Amino acid sequence: MIEKDYSLSPRVDKMGIDDRVARIKARSIKKEAKVQGLKMILNMIDLTTLEGADTDGKVRQMCYKAIHPHDSLPDLPTTAAVCVYPTFVKTAVKAVKGSGVKVASVATAFPSGHSSRKIKLMDTKIAVDNGADEVDMVISRGRFHSGDYNFIFDEIAAIKEACGKARLKVILETGELGTYDKVRRASDIAMDAGADFIKTSTGKISPAATLPVTLVMLEAIKDHYYATGRMVGMKPAGGISNSKLALQYLVMVKETLGGKWLTNEWFRFGASSLANDVLMQLEKQASGNYQAKEYFSID
Amino acid sequence: MSRIEVLKTYKIYIGGAFPRTESGRFYQPKQKGKVIGNICLSSRKDVRNAVVAARKAQGPWANRTAYNRSQVLYRIAEILEGRKAQFVEELMTQGSTKVKAVTEVDLSIDRMIYFAGWCDKYNQIFSSVNPVSGSFFNFSSMEPTGVVGIIANQDSGLLGLVSAIAPIIAGGNSCIAIAAENLPLCAVTFAEVLATSDVPGGVVNILTGDKKELLPHFGTHKDINAVLYCDGDQKEITQLRTDAVDNLKRIVVKSEGDFESNAWENPYLIQSFQETKTTWHPIEHIAAAGSGY
Repeated sequence: MIEKDYSLSPRVDKMGIDDRVARIKARSIKKEAKVQGLKMILNMIDLTTLEGADTDGKVRQMCYKAIHPHDSLPDLPTTAAVCVYPTFVKTAVKAVKGSGVKVASVATAFPSGHSSRKIKLMDTKIAVDNGADEVDMVISRGRFHSGDYNFIFDEIAAIKEACGKARLKVILETGELGTYDKVRRASDIAMDAGADFIKTSTGKISPAATLPVTLVMLEAIKDHYYATGRMVGMKPAGGISNSKLALQYLVMVKETLGGKWLTNEWFRFGASSLANDVLMQLEKQASGNYQAKEYFSID
Repeated sequence: MSRIEVLKTYKIYIGGAFPRTESGRFYQPKQKGKVIGNICLSSRKDVRNAVVAARKAQGPWANRTAYNRSQVLYRIAEILEGRKAQFVEELMTQGSTKVKAVTEVDLSIDRMIYFAGWCDKYNQIFSSVNPVSGSFFNFSSMEPTGVVGIIANQDSGLLGLVSAIAPIIAGGNSCIAIAAENLPLCAVTFAEVLATSDVPGGVVNILTGDKKELLPHFGTHKDINAVLYCDGDQKEITQLRTDAVDNLKRIVVKSEGDFESNAWENPYLIQSFQETKTTWHPIEHIAAAGSGY
Protein backbone atom coordinates (compact mmCIF):
# COMPACT_ATOMS: atom_id res chain seq x y z
CA MET A 1 0.00 0.00 0.00
CA ILE A 2 1.28 3.42 -0.88
CA GLU A 3 1.63 5.68 2.14
CA LYS A 4 -0.59 8.73 1.97
CA ASP A 5 1.23 12.06 2.00
CA TYR A 6 -0.64 14.17 4.56
CA SER A 7 1.25 17.28 3.62
CA LEU A 8 -1.05 17.18 0.59
CA SER A 9 -4.22 17.45 2.70
CA PRO A 10 -6.54 20.13 1.32
CA ARG A 11 -5.68 23.71 2.25
CA VAL A 12 -8.28 25.68 4.15
CA ASP A 13 -9.75 28.92 2.88
CA LYS A 14 -9.62 30.99 6.06
CA MET A 15 -11.68 33.86 4.67
CA GLY A 16 -14.36 31.44 3.53
CA ILE A 17 -14.51 29.67 6.89
CA ASP A 18 -14.69 32.92 8.85
CA ASP A 19 -17.38 34.26 6.55
CA ARG A 20 -19.54 31.18 6.90
CA VAL A 21 -19.16 31.20 10.67
CA ALA A 22 -20.17 34.87 10.75
CA ARG A 23 -23.35 34.00 8.88
CA ILE A 24 -24.14 31.08 11.19
CA LYS A 25 -23.65 33.35 14.20
CA ALA A 26 -26.28 35.75 12.91
CA ARG A 27 -28.96 33.05 13.08
CA SER A 28 -31.61 33.39 15.76
CA ILE A 29 -33.36 30.40 17.34
CA LYS A 30 -36.34 31.06 19.57
CA LYS A 31 -39.21 29.47 21.51
CA GLU A 32 -40.08 25.83 20.76
CA ALA A 33 -37.12 25.29 18.44
CA LYS A 34 -34.86 26.71 21.13
CA VAL A 35 -36.27 24.39 23.79
CA GLN A 36 -35.75 21.39 21.49
CA GLY A 37 -32.23 22.54 20.73
CA LEU A 38 -31.43 23.06 24.41
CA LYS A 39 -32.60 19.57 25.33
CA MET A 40 -30.54 18.18 22.48
CA ILE A 41 -27.48 20.08 23.72
CA LEU A 42 -27.97 18.75 27.25
CA ASN A 43 -28.15 15.24 25.82
CA MET A 44 -24.88 15.80 23.92
CA ILE A 45 -22.78 17.03 26.82
CA ASP A 46 -19.80 15.06 28.11
CA LEU A 47 -19.91 16.43 31.64
CA THR A 48 -16.26 16.82 32.42
CA THR A 49 -13.96 17.17 35.38
CA LEU A 50 -10.23 17.02 34.69
CA GLU A 51 -8.60 18.74 37.62
CA GLY A 52 -5.64 17.79 39.74
CA ALA A 53 -7.90 18.35 42.73
CA ASP A 54 -10.57 15.80 41.62
CA THR A 55 -11.75 13.36 44.25
CA ASP A 56 -14.03 10.30 44.24
CA GLY A 57 -16.65 12.45 45.93
CA LYS A 58 -16.52 15.10 43.24
CA VAL A 59 -16.77 12.49 40.49
CA ARG A 60 -19.77 10.85 42.19
CA GLN A 61 -21.46 14.22 42.54
CA MET A 62 -20.87 14.98 38.86
CA CYS A 63 -22.26 11.58 37.87
CA TYR A 64 -25.41 12.32 39.87
CA LYS A 65 -25.72 15.61 38.03
CA ALA A 66 -25.29 13.83 34.69
CA ILE A 67 -28.24 11.56 35.49
CA HIS A 68 -30.36 14.21 37.28
CA PRO A 69 -29.51 17.52 35.64
CA HIS A 70 -32.32 19.46 37.32
CA ASP A 71 -35.11 17.42 38.87
CA SER A 72 -37.61 20.27 39.10
CA LEU A 73 -37.91 20.28 35.30
CA PRO A 74 -39.75 17.22 33.99
CA ASP A 75 -38.70 15.27 30.87
CA LEU A 76 -35.07 16.29 30.85
CA PRO A 77 -32.63 13.95 29.13
CA THR A 78 -29.44 12.84 30.87
CA THR A 79 -26.11 14.08 29.58
CA ALA A 80 -24.35 11.83 27.06
CA ALA A 81 -21.40 10.89 29.22
CA VAL A 82 -19.13 11.86 32.05
CA CYS A 83 -15.46 12.44 31.29
CA VAL A 84 -12.82 11.81 33.95
CA TYR A 85 -9.17 10.84 34.49
CA PRO A 86 -8.44 7.08 34.34
CA THR A 87 -8.07 6.88 38.13
CA PHE A 88 -11.76 7.77 38.53
CA VAL A 89 -13.22 5.45 35.89
CA LYS A 90 -14.18 2.75 38.41
CA THR A 91 -15.97 5.29 40.60
CA ALA A 92 -17.79 6.76 37.63
CA VAL A 93 -18.82 3.40 36.17
CA LYS A 94 -20.37 2.43 39.49
CA ALA A 95 -22.11 5.79 39.85
CA VAL A 96 -23.78 5.86 36.43
CA LYS A 97 -24.65 2.16 36.29
CA GLY A 98 -28.00 1.49 34.64
CA SER A 99 -28.61 5.13 33.67
CA GLY A 100 -27.43 4.96 30.06
CA VAL A 101 -24.82 7.64 30.73
CA LYS A 102 -21.48 6.60 29.25
CA VAL A 103 -18.12 6.88 30.95
CA ALA A 104 -15.32 8.49 29.00
CA SER A 105 -11.75 8.57 30.21
CA VAL A 106 -8.87 10.69 29.00
CA ALA A 107 -5.71 8.69 28.43
CA THR A 108 -2.26 8.74 26.78
CA ALA A 109 -0.52 11.11 29.19
CA PHE A 110 -3.27 13.72 29.01
CA PRO A 111 -2.97 16.68 28.51
CA SER A 112 0.56 17.07 27.09
CA GLY A 113 0.89 13.64 25.49
CA HIS A 114 4.59 13.59 26.28
CA SER A 115 5.27 10.02 27.28
CA SER A 116 6.40 6.74 25.75
CA ARG A 117 4.14 4.62 23.55
CA LYS A 118 4.27 1.87 26.18
CA ILE A 119 2.96 4.06 28.96
CA LYS A 120 0.27 5.51 26.69
CA LEU A 121 -0.95 2.04 25.78
CA MET A 122 -1.01 1.00 29.42
CA ASP A 123 -2.85 4.20 30.33
CA THR A 124 -5.48 3.33 27.72
CA LYS A 125 -5.71 -0.29 28.78
CA ILE A 126 -6.23 0.61 32.43
CA ALA A 127 -9.08 2.93 31.49
CA VAL A 128 -10.72 0.29 29.27
CA ASP A 129 -10.23 -2.52 31.78
CA ASN A 130 -11.85 -0.40 34.45
CA GLY A 131 -14.92 -0.13 32.26
CA ALA A 132 -14.57 3.08 30.26
CA ASP A 133 -16.95 3.15 27.28
CA GLU A 134 -14.96 5.83 25.52
CA VAL A 135 -11.33 6.92 25.48
CA ASP A 136 -10.20 10.50 24.80
CA MET A 137 -6.58 10.43 23.65
CA VAL A 138 -4.25 13.32 22.86
CA ILE A 139 -1.91 13.32 19.86
CA SER A 140 1.79 14.13 20.21
CA ARG A 141 1.72 17.71 18.95
CA GLY A 142 5.51 18.01 19.09
CA ARG A 143 5.91 15.14 16.63
CA PHE A 144 3.16 16.57 14.48
CA HIS A 145 4.94 19.91 14.20
CA SER A 146 8.15 18.07 13.27
CA GLY A 147 6.27 16.65 10.30
CA ASP A 148 6.38 13.12 11.69
CA TYR A 149 2.89 12.29 10.42
CA ASN A 150 3.51 8.53 10.26
CA PHE A 151 4.32 8.55 13.96
CA ILE A 152 1.01 10.22 14.72
CA PHE A 153 -0.85 7.78 12.46
CA ASP A 154 0.77 4.74 14.08
CA GLU A 155 0.19 6.09 17.54
CA ILE A 156 -3.52 6.58 16.96
CA ALA A 157 -3.83 3.18 15.27
CA ALA A 158 -2.09 1.47 18.21
CA ILE A 159 -4.29 3.18 20.78
CA LYS A 160 -7.38 2.34 18.74
CA GLU A 161 -6.40 -1.30 18.89
CA ALA A 162 -5.87 -1.08 22.65
CA CYS A 163 -9.34 0.44 23.03
CA GLY A 164 -11.08 -2.74 21.86
CA LYS A 165 -14.80 -2.06 21.94
CA ALA A 166 -14.42 1.40 23.52
CA ARG A 167 -14.91 4.30 21.14
CA LEU A 168 -11.85 6.43 20.53
CA LYS A 169 -11.92 10.23 20.52
CA VAL A 170 -8.75 11.85 19.23
CA ILE A 171 -7.90 15.26 20.71
CA LEU A 172 -6.00 17.40 18.21
CA GLU A 173 -5.46 20.31 20.64
CA THR A 174 -6.12 22.82 17.89
CA GLY A 175 -4.93 25.70 20.07
CA GLU A 176 -1.42 24.32 19.71
CA LEU A 177 -1.62 23.49 16.01
CA GLY A 178 -1.60 27.11 14.92
CA THR A 179 -3.22 27.09 11.48
CA TYR A 180 -6.42 25.74 9.93
CA ASP A 181 -4.28 23.86 7.39
CA LYS A 182 -2.65 21.93 10.22
CA VAL A 183 -6.02 21.29 11.87
CA ARG A 184 -7.27 19.81 8.60
CA ARG A 185 -4.15 17.69 8.22
CA ALA A 186 -4.36 16.36 11.79
CA SER A 187 -8.07 15.60 11.29
CA ASP A 188 -7.31 13.59 8.14
CA ILE A 189 -4.59 11.59 9.89
CA ALA A 190 -6.79 10.85 12.91
CA MET A 191 -9.76 9.69 10.83
CA ASP A 192 -7.64 7.52 8.54
CA ALA A 193 -5.99 5.94 11.58
CA GLY A 194 -9.37 4.86 12.94
CA ALA A 195 -10.66 7.62 15.22
CA ASP A 196 -14.36 7.30 16.04
CA PHE A 197 -14.48 10.97 17.05
CA ILE A 198 -12.20 13.90 16.47
CA LYS A 199 -12.10 16.42 19.28
CA THR A 200 -10.75 19.95 19.32
CA SER A 201 -9.12 20.47 22.66
CA THR A 202 -8.08 19.31 26.08
CA GLY A 203 -9.57 22.39 27.70
CA LYS A 204 -6.17 23.15 29.21
CA ILE A 205 -4.98 25.41 26.39
CA SER A 206 -6.46 28.67 25.20
CA PRO A 207 -7.91 29.05 22.60
CA ALA A 208 -9.90 25.84 23.01
CA ALA A 209 -12.87 25.03 20.76
CA THR A 210 -14.00 27.81 18.42
CA LEU A 211 -16.67 27.80 15.73
CA PRO A 212 -14.23 28.23 12.80
CA VAL A 213 -11.89 25.47 13.93
CA THR A 214 -14.88 23.16 14.43
CA LEU A 215 -16.12 23.99 10.95
CA VAL A 216 -12.73 23.03 9.49
CA MET A 217 -12.98 19.68 11.27
CA LEU A 218 -16.60 19.14 10.20
CA GLU A 219 -15.56 19.73 6.58
CA ALA A 220 -12.82 17.13 7.02
CA ILE A 221 -15.40 14.67 8.40
CA LYS A 222 -17.65 15.34 5.41
CA ASP A 223 -14.84 14.67 2.93
CA HIS A 224 -13.88 11.52 4.82
CA TYR A 225 -17.49 10.33 4.72
CA TYR A 226 -17.79 10.91 0.98
CA ALA A 227 -14.47 9.15 0.37
CA THR A 228 -14.96 6.10 2.60
CA GLY A 229 -18.62 5.99 3.66
CA ARG A 230 -17.56 5.90 7.31
CA MET A 231 -19.16 8.33 9.76
CA VAL A 232 -16.84 10.01 12.24
CA GLY A 233 -18.09 11.98 15.25
CA MET A 234 -17.14 15.48 16.32
CA LYS A 235 -16.52 16.85 19.80
CA PRO A 236 -15.72 20.49 20.36
CA ALA A 237 -14.44 20.88 23.92
CA GLY A 238 -13.46 23.75 26.15
CA GLY A 239 -14.68 27.33 26.09
CA ILE A 240 -18.30 26.55 25.19
CA SER A 241 -20.07 27.84 28.25
CA ASN A 242 -23.32 29.37 27.03
CA SER A 243 -26.40 28.02 25.31
CA LYS A 244 -26.46 30.55 22.51
CA LEU A 245 -23.03 29.50 21.34
CA ALA A 246 -23.91 25.81 21.69
CA LEU A 247 -27.01 26.33 19.53
CA GLN A 248 -24.78 27.88 16.87
CA TYR A 249 -22.67 24.72 16.92
CA LEU A 250 -25.80 22.65 16.29
CA VAL A 251 -26.74 24.84 13.33
CA MET A 252 -23.26 24.37 11.93
CA VAL A 253 -23.35 20.58 12.29
CA LYS A 254 -26.78 20.37 10.69
CA GLU A 255 -25.72 22.52 7.74
CA THR A 256 -22.36 20.87 7.20
CA LEU A 257 -23.04 17.20 7.89
CA GLY A 258 -26.83 16.95 8.01
CA GLY A 259 -29.34 15.72 10.55
CA LYS A 260 -27.74 12.27 10.81
CA TRP A 261 -24.98 13.75 12.95
CA LEU A 262 -27.39 15.45 15.34
CA THR A 263 -27.40 12.73 17.98
CA ASN A 264 -25.05 12.14 20.84
CA GLU A 265 -23.68 9.15 19.00
CA TRP A 266 -21.98 11.50 16.53
CA PHE A 267 -21.77 14.88 18.20
CA ARG A 268 -20.71 15.86 21.72
CA PHE A 269 -19.86 18.94 23.70
CA GLY A 270 -16.97 18.65 26.14
CA ALA A 271 -18.04 21.07 28.84
CA SER A 272 -18.82 21.55 32.49
CA SER A 273 -20.43 24.95 32.96
CA LEU A 274 -22.50 24.69 29.74
CA ALA A 275 -24.95 22.30 31.42
CA ASN A 276 -26.05 24.85 34.02
CA ASP A 277 -26.45 27.57 31.43
CA VAL A 278 -28.67 25.27 29.34
CA LEU A 279 -30.72 24.43 32.45
CA MET A 280 -31.09 28.11 33.29
CA GLN A 281 -32.35 28.78 29.77
CA LEU A 282 -34.80 25.88 29.94
CA GLU A 283 -36.10 27.08 33.29
CA LYS A 284 -36.43 30.59 31.81
CA GLN A 285 -38.49 29.20 28.92
CA ALA A 286 -40.70 27.31 31.39
CA SER A 287 -41.19 30.05 34.01
CA GLY A 288 -40.73 33.20 31.95
CA ASN A 289 -38.22 34.68 34.41
CA TYR A 290 -34.49 35.08 34.08
CA GLN A 291 -32.64 32.74 36.43
CA ALA A 292 -29.74 33.01 38.85
CA LYS A 293 -26.90 30.51 39.27
CA GLU A 294 -27.59 29.98 42.96
CA TYR A 295 -30.75 28.00 42.18
CA PHE A 296 -28.82 25.29 40.31
CA SER A 297 -26.54 22.59 41.64
CA ILE A 298 -22.83 23.22 41.39
CA ASP A 299 -21.20 21.40 38.46
CA MET B 1 -16.78 80.57 8.34
CA SER B 2 -19.52 78.82 10.24
CA ARG B 3 -19.04 75.26 11.35
CA ILE B 4 -21.47 72.49 12.01
CA GLU B 5 -21.77 71.63 15.68
CA VAL B 6 -20.89 68.04 16.57
CA LEU B 7 -23.78 66.58 18.54
CA LYS B 8 -23.25 63.88 21.11
CA THR B 9 -24.75 60.41 20.74
CA TYR B 10 -26.19 59.40 24.10
CA LYS B 11 -25.70 55.68 24.59
CA ILE B 12 -26.24 53.29 27.48
CA TYR B 13 -23.57 51.93 29.82
CA ILE B 14 -23.19 48.17 30.28
CA GLY B 15 -20.14 46.32 31.59
CA GLY B 16 -17.85 49.31 31.17
CA ALA B 17 -18.77 49.80 27.50
CA PHE B 18 -21.16 52.16 25.76
CA PRO B 19 -23.34 50.09 23.44
CA ARG B 20 -26.54 51.25 21.80
CA THR B 21 -29.62 49.41 22.98
CA GLU B 22 -29.80 45.92 21.50
CA SER B 23 -33.33 46.74 20.33
CA GLY B 24 -32.16 49.61 18.13
CA ARG B 25 -35.02 51.78 19.42
CA PHE B 26 -34.84 55.38 20.59
CA TYR B 27 -37.08 58.07 22.08
CA GLN B 28 -37.00 61.86 22.12
CA PRO B 29 -37.55 63.52 25.48
CA LYS B 30 -38.64 67.13 25.11
CA GLN B 31 -38.06 70.30 27.08
CA LYS B 32 -40.43 73.20 26.38
CA GLY B 33 -41.47 71.48 23.17
CA LYS B 34 -37.91 71.08 21.98
CA VAL B 35 -36.28 67.67 21.58
CA ILE B 36 -33.21 67.42 23.83
CA GLY B 37 -31.70 64.31 22.30
CA ASN B 38 -32.15 60.91 20.69
CA ILE B 39 -31.98 58.57 23.65
CA CYS B 40 -31.74 54.77 23.71
CA LEU B 41 -35.04 53.09 24.55
CA SER B 42 -33.57 50.11 26.39
CA SER B 43 -35.21 46.69 26.25
CA ARG B 44 -35.57 43.59 28.39
CA LYS B 45 -32.42 42.17 26.82
CA ASP B 46 -30.39 45.21 27.77
CA VAL B 47 -31.48 44.57 31.35
CA ARG B 48 -30.43 40.95 31.01
CA ASN B 49 -27.02 41.88 29.60
CA ALA B 50 -26.52 44.45 32.34
CA VAL B 51 -27.33 41.85 35.00
CA VAL B 52 -24.75 39.47 33.56
CA ALA B 53 -22.14 42.25 33.63
CA ALA B 54 -23.13 43.32 37.14
CA ARG B 55 -22.98 39.76 38.46
CA LYS B 56 -19.54 39.24 37.01
CA ALA B 57 -18.23 42.47 38.49
CA GLN B 58 -19.82 42.19 41.92
CA GLY B 59 -17.54 39.57 43.52
CA PRO B 60 -14.25 41.23 42.61
CA TRP B 61 -15.63 44.66 43.62
CA ALA B 62 -16.70 43.36 47.02
CA ASN B 63 -13.32 41.69 47.44
CA ARG B 64 -11.41 44.91 46.97
CA THR B 65 -10.26 46.38 50.24
CA ALA B 66 -12.69 48.86 51.75
CA TYR B 67 -9.97 51.46 51.57
CA ASN B 68 -9.56 50.95 47.83
CA ARG B 69 -13.32 51.27 47.22
CA SER B 70 -13.11 54.52 49.12
CA GLN B 71 -10.34 55.75 46.82
CA VAL B 72 -12.36 54.84 43.73
CA LEU B 73 -15.44 56.72 44.98
CA TYR B 74 -13.27 59.71 45.74
CA ARG B 75 -11.91 59.50 42.22
CA ILE B 76 -15.46 59.66 40.83
CA ALA B 77 -15.92 62.94 42.71
CA GLU B 78 -12.65 64.28 41.31
CA ILE B 79 -13.67 63.56 37.72
CA LEU B 80 -17.16 64.96 38.34
CA GLU B 81 -15.58 68.20 39.53
CA GLY B 82 -13.56 68.44 36.32
CA ARG B 83 -16.68 68.01 34.19
CA LYS B 84 -18.80 70.45 36.18
CA ALA B 85 -19.45 72.84 33.31
CA GLN B 86 -20.80 70.07 31.10
CA PHE B 87 -23.19 68.86 33.78
CA VAL B 88 -24.44 72.38 34.48
CA GLU B 89 -25.09 72.90 30.77
CA GLU B 90 -26.96 69.61 30.47
CA LEU B 91 -29.06 70.31 33.54
CA MET B 92 -30.02 73.63 32.01
CA THR B 93 -30.91 71.95 28.74
CA GLN B 94 -33.16 69.72 30.84
CA GLY B 95 -34.94 72.76 32.25
CA SER B 96 -32.99 73.77 35.34
CA THR B 97 -31.88 77.33 36.11
CA LYS B 98 -28.18 78.11 36.27
CA VAL B 99 -28.16 78.60 40.06
CA LYS B 100 -30.07 75.37 40.67
CA ALA B 101 -27.87 73.46 38.27
CA VAL B 102 -24.64 74.57 39.93
CA THR B 103 -26.06 73.62 43.35
CA GLU B 104 -27.11 70.21 42.08
CA VAL B 105 -23.68 69.41 40.64
CA ASP B 106 -21.91 70.64 43.78
CA LEU B 107 -24.14 68.50 45.97
CA SER B 108 -23.57 65.47 43.74
CA ILE B 109 -19.82 65.82 44.10
CA ASP B 110 -20.08 66.28 47.85
CA ARG B 111 -22.37 63.29 48.17
CA MET B 112 -19.84 61.08 46.42
CA ILE B 113 -17.15 62.31 48.82
CA TYR B 114 -19.45 61.63 51.76
CA PHE B 115 -19.91 57.98 50.80
CA ALA B 116 -16.25 57.60 49.83
CA GLY B 117 -15.53 58.35 53.46
CA TRP B 118 -17.92 55.67 54.68
CA CYS B 119 -16.53 52.78 52.60
CA ASP B 120 -14.07 51.63 55.24
CA LYS B 121 -16.16 52.60 58.25
CA TYR B 122 -19.72 51.28 57.96
CA ASN B 123 -18.74 47.70 58.69
CA GLN B 124 -17.27 48.68 62.08
CA ILE B 125 -20.43 50.62 62.93
CA PHE B 126 -22.96 47.97 61.95
CA SER B 127 -21.09 44.87 63.05
CA SER B 128 -21.35 43.54 66.55
CA VAL B 129 -20.15 40.98 69.02
CA ASN B 130 -23.21 39.27 70.43
CA PRO B 131 -23.61 37.89 73.93
CA VAL B 132 -24.64 34.24 73.76
CA SER B 133 -25.11 31.48 76.29
CA GLY B 134 -22.42 28.90 75.64
CA SER B 135 -18.75 28.77 74.83
CA PHE B 136 -18.98 30.57 71.53
CA PHE B 137 -17.52 33.75 70.20
CA ASN B 138 -20.55 35.09 68.33
CA PHE B 139 -20.19 38.01 65.96
CA SER B 140 -22.17 39.60 63.13
CA SER B 141 -20.68 41.47 60.22
CA MET B 142 -21.93 43.04 57.01
CA GLU B 143 -21.78 41.51 53.53
CA PRO B 144 -23.05 43.18 50.35
CA THR B 145 -26.48 42.04 49.13
CA GLY B 146 -25.15 41.54 45.59
CA VAL B 147 -26.66 42.89 42.39
CA VAL B 148 -29.00 45.83 43.01
CA GLY B 149 -31.48 47.37 40.58
CA ILE B 150 -32.07 51.11 40.87
CA ILE B 151 -35.17 52.87 39.61
CA ALA B 152 -33.98 56.47 39.75
CA ASN B 153 -36.15 59.38 40.79
CA GLN B 154 -37.95 60.83 37.76
CA ASP B 155 -37.58 64.49 38.77
CA SER B 156 -33.87 64.65 39.46
CA GLY B 157 -31.43 64.27 36.56
CA LEU B 158 -28.15 63.95 38.41
CA LEU B 159 -28.33 64.27 42.19
CA GLY B 160 -31.07 61.65 42.51
CA LEU B 161 -29.06 59.13 40.53
CA VAL B 162 -25.78 59.81 42.34
CA SER B 163 -27.50 59.63 45.72
CA ALA B 164 -28.90 56.20 44.86
CA ILE B 165 -25.74 54.74 43.33
CA ALA B 166 -23.18 55.97 45.90
CA PRO B 167 -24.31 54.07 49.02
CA ILE B 168 -24.92 50.92 47.00
CA ILE B 169 -21.46 50.69 45.46
CA ALA B 170 -19.82 51.97 48.65
CA GLY B 171 -21.11 48.78 50.27
CA GLY B 172 -19.56 46.47 47.66
CA ASN B 173 -22.68 45.87 45.57
CA SER B 174 -22.92 46.27 41.83
CA CYS B 175 -25.95 47.95 40.29
CA ILE B 176 -28.12 48.49 37.23
CA ALA B 177 -29.83 51.88 37.20
CA ILE B 178 -32.67 53.12 35.01
CA ALA B 179 -32.17 56.84 34.55
CA ALA B 180 -35.01 59.36 34.82
CA GLU B 181 -36.98 58.92 31.61
CA ASN B 182 -37.21 62.57 30.63
CA LEU B 183 -33.93 63.76 32.17
CA PRO B 184 -31.42 61.25 30.80
CA LEU B 185 -28.58 63.48 29.58
CA CYS B 186 -26.69 63.78 32.87
CA ALA B 187 -27.11 60.08 33.58
CA VAL B 188 -25.25 59.12 30.42
CA THR B 189 -22.58 61.75 31.03
CA PHE B 190 -22.25 60.45 34.58
CA ALA B 191 -21.60 57.01 33.05
CA GLU B 192 -18.71 58.58 31.15
CA VAL B 193 -17.38 59.87 34.46
CA LEU B 194 -17.61 56.35 35.92
CA ALA B 195 -15.86 54.87 32.90
CA THR B 196 -12.88 57.16 33.42
CA SER B 197 -12.57 56.98 37.17
CA ASP B 198 -11.23 53.51 38.03
CA VAL B 199 -14.67 52.00 38.64
CA PRO B 200 -14.37 48.46 37.22
CA GLY B 201 -16.67 47.82 34.25
CA GLY B 202 -19.97 46.27 35.32
CA VAL B 203 -20.03 47.66 38.86
CA VAL B 204 -22.38 50.39 37.67
CA ASN B 205 -24.59 49.94 34.62
CA ILE B 206 -26.90 52.70 33.44
CA LEU B 207 -29.87 52.24 31.12
CA THR B 208 -32.16 54.86 29.66
CA GLY B 209 -35.73 54.28 28.57
CA ASP B 210 -39.28 53.61 29.62
CA LYS B 211 -39.46 52.84 33.34
CA LYS B 212 -42.86 51.13 32.98
CA GLU B 213 -41.52 48.76 30.36
CA LEU B 214 -38.37 47.77 32.24
CA LEU B 215 -39.70 47.62 35.79
CA PRO B 216 -41.28 44.11 35.61
CA HIS B 217 -37.92 42.63 34.57
CA PHE B 218 -36.25 44.16 37.62
CA GLY B 219 -38.88 42.50 39.77
CA THR B 220 -38.81 39.04 38.20
CA HIS B 221 -35.13 38.60 37.32
CA LYS B 222 -33.82 36.07 39.83
CA ASP B 223 -30.24 37.27 39.61
CA ILE B 224 -31.11 40.74 40.90
CA ASN B 225 -30.91 40.54 44.68
CA ALA B 226 -32.45 43.87 45.63
CA VAL B 227 -34.16 46.89 44.09
CA LEU B 228 -34.01 50.50 45.22
CA TYR B 229 -37.14 52.27 44.00
CA CYS B 230 -36.86 56.07 44.21
CA ASP B 231 -40.26 57.12 42.92
CA GLY B 232 -43.79 57.38 44.28
CA ASP B 233 -46.09 55.38 42.02
CA GLN B 234 -47.97 53.06 44.43
CA LYS B 235 -49.12 50.76 41.63
CA GLU B 236 -45.54 50.22 40.52
CA ILE B 237 -44.40 49.59 44.06
CA THR B 238 -47.08 46.95 44.52
CA GLN B 239 -46.18 45.32 41.24
CA LEU B 240 -42.49 45.32 42.14
CA ARG B 241 -43.15 43.75 45.54
CA THR B 242 -45.39 41.09 43.98
CA ASP B 243 -42.86 40.17 41.31
CA ALA B 244 -40.10 40.07 43.90
CA VAL B 245 -41.78 37.31 45.92
CA ASP B 246 -40.36 34.61 43.67
CA ASN B 247 -36.79 35.06 44.86
CA LEU B 248 -37.44 36.99 48.08
CA LYS B 249 -35.82 40.04 46.60
CA ARG B 250 -35.20 42.95 48.93
CA ILE B 251 -37.24 45.99 47.86
CA VAL B 252 -36.32 49.37 49.31
CA VAL B 253 -38.64 52.27 48.52
CA LYS B 254 -37.47 55.88 48.91
CA SER B 255 -40.32 58.03 47.67
CA GLU B 256 -39.41 61.28 49.44
CA GLY B 257 -37.18 62.80 46.78
CA ASP B 258 -35.71 65.90 48.49
CA PHE B 259 -32.16 64.89 47.65
CA GLU B 260 -30.70 68.07 49.06
CA SER B 261 -31.62 67.11 52.60
CA ASN B 262 -29.50 65.24 55.11
CA ALA B 263 -31.81 62.26 54.77
CA TRP B 264 -29.65 61.20 51.82
CA GLU B 265 -26.42 61.56 53.73
CA ASN B 266 -26.47 58.79 56.27
CA PRO B 267 -24.79 55.40 56.52
CA TYR B 268 -28.08 53.56 56.98
CA LEU B 269 -28.49 53.86 53.22
CA ILE B 270 -25.45 51.61 52.94
CA GLN B 271 -26.91 49.23 55.51
CA SER B 272 -30.11 48.86 53.47
CA PHE B 273 -28.09 46.83 50.96
CA GLN B 274 -26.07 44.72 53.35
CA GLU B 275 -26.76 41.25 54.69
CA THR B 276 -25.81 40.33 58.22
CA LYS B 277 -23.59 37.33 58.55
CA THR B 278 -23.43 35.87 62.02
CA THR B 279 -20.64 33.50 62.93
CA TRP B 280 -20.58 31.09 65.87
CA HIS B 281 -16.97 30.37 66.65
CA PRO B 282 -16.32 27.74 69.33
CA ILE B 283 -13.98 28.87 72.07
CA GLU B 284 -12.49 27.25 75.08
CA HIS B 285 -12.69 28.76 78.48
CA ILE B 286 -9.49 30.67 78.60
CA ALA B 287 -9.45 31.55 82.26
CA ALA B 288 -10.86 29.78 85.27
CA ALA B 289 -13.34 32.64 85.62
CA GLY B 290 -14.93 31.77 82.25
CA SER B 291 -14.77 33.10 78.78
CA GLY B 292 -12.28 35.82 78.07
CA TYR B 293 -14.63 37.34 75.55
